[in-house]
Amino acid sequence: MMPIRWMRIFCVVFVLCAGAVLARAADEAAAESAPGRTMARQATQDVQGWTTVDHSRLDALKKPFASGKQVTEACVSCHSEAASQFHQTIHWTWLGTEPDAEKRMGKAGDSLNNFCISANNMQDKSCNACHPSWNGQGTEGEVNCLVCHGRQQINWTEAFDDLNAFSGSDDPEEQQIVADIQADIQQAVQSVILPARENCGSCHFYGGGGDGVKHGDLDSSIAQPPKSLDVHMGVDGKNFQCTRCHTTVRHNVAGRIYSRPAAADRKSLIEDDLTAKITCESCHSATPHKAGSKANDHTDRVACQSCHIPLFARQNPTKTWWDWSKAGTLQDGKKYNEKGEFGKEVYMTIKGEMKWEKDVKPEYFWFNGSMNTLTIKDFIDPEKIVAVSAPVGSREDKNARIFPFKIHGGKQPYDTVQKVLLAPMLSGKDGYWETLDWQNAIEKGMQALNASYSGSFDFVETTYAFPITHMVAPRDNVVRCAECHTGQGGRFASLTGFYMPGRDRTGWIDSLGWLAVLGALAGVALHGLGRAFSRKGGKEN
Amino acid sequence: MAENLTQIYLYTRYERFWHWFQAAMIVVLLITGFEVHGLFRLLGFDLAVRVHNFVGIAWLIAFAFFVFWVFTTGEWRQYVPTTQKMFAVVRYYAYGIFRGEAHPVPKRKEAKHNPLQRLVYLMLAATLLPVQMLSGFLYWGYNSWADWGLGWLSLEVLALVHMAGAFSILVFLVTHVYMTTTGHTIFAHTRAMITGWEEIEEGEIQDWERPVKPTCET
Repeated sequence: MMPIRWMRIFCVVFVLCAGAVLARAADEAAAESAPGRTMARQATQDVQGWTTVDHSRLDALKKPFASGKQVTEACVSCHSEAASQFHQTIHWTWLGTEPDAEKRMGKAGDSLNNFCISANNMQDKSCNACHPSWNGQGTEGEVNCLVCHGRQQINWTEAFDDLNAFSGSDDPEEQQIVADIQADIQQAVQSVILPARENCGSCHFYGGGGDGVKHGDLDSSIAQPPKSLDVHMGVDGKNFQCTRCHTTVRHNVAGRIYSRPAAADRKSLIEDDLTAKITCESCHSATPHKAGSKANDHTDRVACQSCHIPLFARQNPTKTWWDWSKAGTLQDGKKYNEKGEFGKEVYMTIKGEMKWEKDVKPEYFWFNGSMNTLTIKDFIDPEKIVAVSAPVGSREDKNARIFPFKIHGGKQPYDTVQKVLLAPMLSGKDGYWETLDWQNAIEKGMQALNASYSGSFDFVETTYAFPITHMVAPRDNVVRCAECHTGQGGRFASLTGFYMPGRDRTGWIDSLGWLAVLGALAGVALHGLGRAFSRKGGKEN
Repeated sequence: MAENLTQIYLYTRYERFWHWFQAAMIVVLLITGFEVHGLFRLLGFDLAVRVHNFVGIAWLIAFAFFVFWVFTTGEWRQYVPTTQKMFAVVRYYAYGIFRGEAHPVPKRKEAKHNPLQRLVYLMLAATLLPVQMLSGFLYWGYNSWADWGLGWLSLEVLALVHMAGAFSILVFLVTHVYMTTTGHTIFAHTRAMITGWEEIEEGEIQDWERPVKPTCET
């Protein structure tokens, strides 16, 4: 009788275990195809663009060019609306659109940062190196279409200067030089492409005056990145260009601009097939993980980037600190630079003290897609660290999610009387880089902005936040649950006001609980001892 | 007193299965629960959560079968509390047990639980475990609170209730395991819960209650 019973129990247990193993195996098979991944792959199946035009065969581009303006004229002779469209975009105007226009947000406006601080109404000419006009002429000049659309980048200013210097010469050698330069120019003009990573990167990788200075998730390592650095742009993977996600309408490139979020709604291609593909959800949906995965339950309050970008600046270092107050020190009466651990400047006479970091863990904040950035007109409290740019959002904000950021700290000048940040002129003959005279540089810089200056300045510590959204890691390297769900130094340790399992606990219930458990243990131990001794003494067993 | 012992079939197969199955689930839930709470690292947070959720939901479903069983078999009567002999039982565990006295309320088929057990098990089966299951289920359904019209719930308070329940169950577990050793031998009660056959003192057992083949056990 007994063996049969045990046999039955064994059979039941066996069936249960076998069932569990099969379910697990099925689970793992399904893991191969998380729905959000499948969906995104379908949406991007054909990344090879096609065109009906070969620009090298167009007569308009075969003629000799003597200036950038002539190149632009050749472009708009076919693309008649291109320049006027582009003139309306922030890439050209360097001015924010509604609702930022009121505050004159933008590099050409009153915006500030804690890198080179201000473009001084576009009068700090060194900033114009990134303006997509010919010879850094700014909005006065003509659009240089080839900054974004040229496969071959040449030094246009130098090429046209040399060309014009030697043209008309009778010297056959110089004529040959002219012919060579003209050939280079024509080749560059004819190699027209949709913007590639290198095109966007020629400015965006070098923001703040050098490689990886500003963003932390955008630097020259993204030009030809391995998949391990960015799953989307990896040349051994999908090899996405920037515009794959930064989709463009009438030359307006999708993306966040100051307080205006990159996307107004969280919509996927399923909901709106013409939506900008700027968000992760555009292609991956709001529940991209396999059904039943706890990760899907997180997407309402935790941005994809928080888990999928464990570290930024994974290949090249990024600048994390810039203290202008230390600038101006001379060595042997001369300006000097000092390089640190990554071969990057840690001190420059003209710029001050800097810190660089690699493999940086982001800081996390509630973020509704909007950034609050100060202008020269915003009052500050110099007693505190001033957030020159900070994410907007809170837990109570239904549109806000926890998002990773690079925080760039530093010290920059402010007006001790008017309590506003100051915008010194840096380049040029009156600029600080030349004169090392703060008072004069500030006066010149504020004049350029038509802003008043009391004449008294000091330095205040500031921070500038950058959303981290590139350098998405392969799925094996995502942030693990316990990196946030832990009581000891978790990634979300600074985010308060809500209860997070594994991180938070109610102290008194734990104390009370353990007291009760210990009490029970002590009680039964005493009771047991009592039994043992009383039986030994009293009875025979 | 061993010569007066006789065996009765006290716990049916389902009852025994349920007891051990529930015990195993509770132990797994306690271990994984305390890991999720951050007490130690064993399975890793991720796996601990998944195991805790799976076993918790399984417990909820299995408990429904237990409730069905308890009511259809009339076993619910075993949980009706009484004050009769309550003091005698308390006195026995506090004093008599050390003197080698006999248990004032020996187990019988229709009265498996002494008055103290009735009270404790009623509180356990009707209050503590349901509270733990309900709070656990709500915890598990955190993302659906708004859909369920429970947006006003506080996770912190719910977690507190769930933790208080967990500690209570752990206290019960410690005491319960110890109490199983208070039979006429250390493992007598444990054996009974495995085989179904409990050795009790003769006297009030009716003839039909006696095992047909008492030899099958030993």
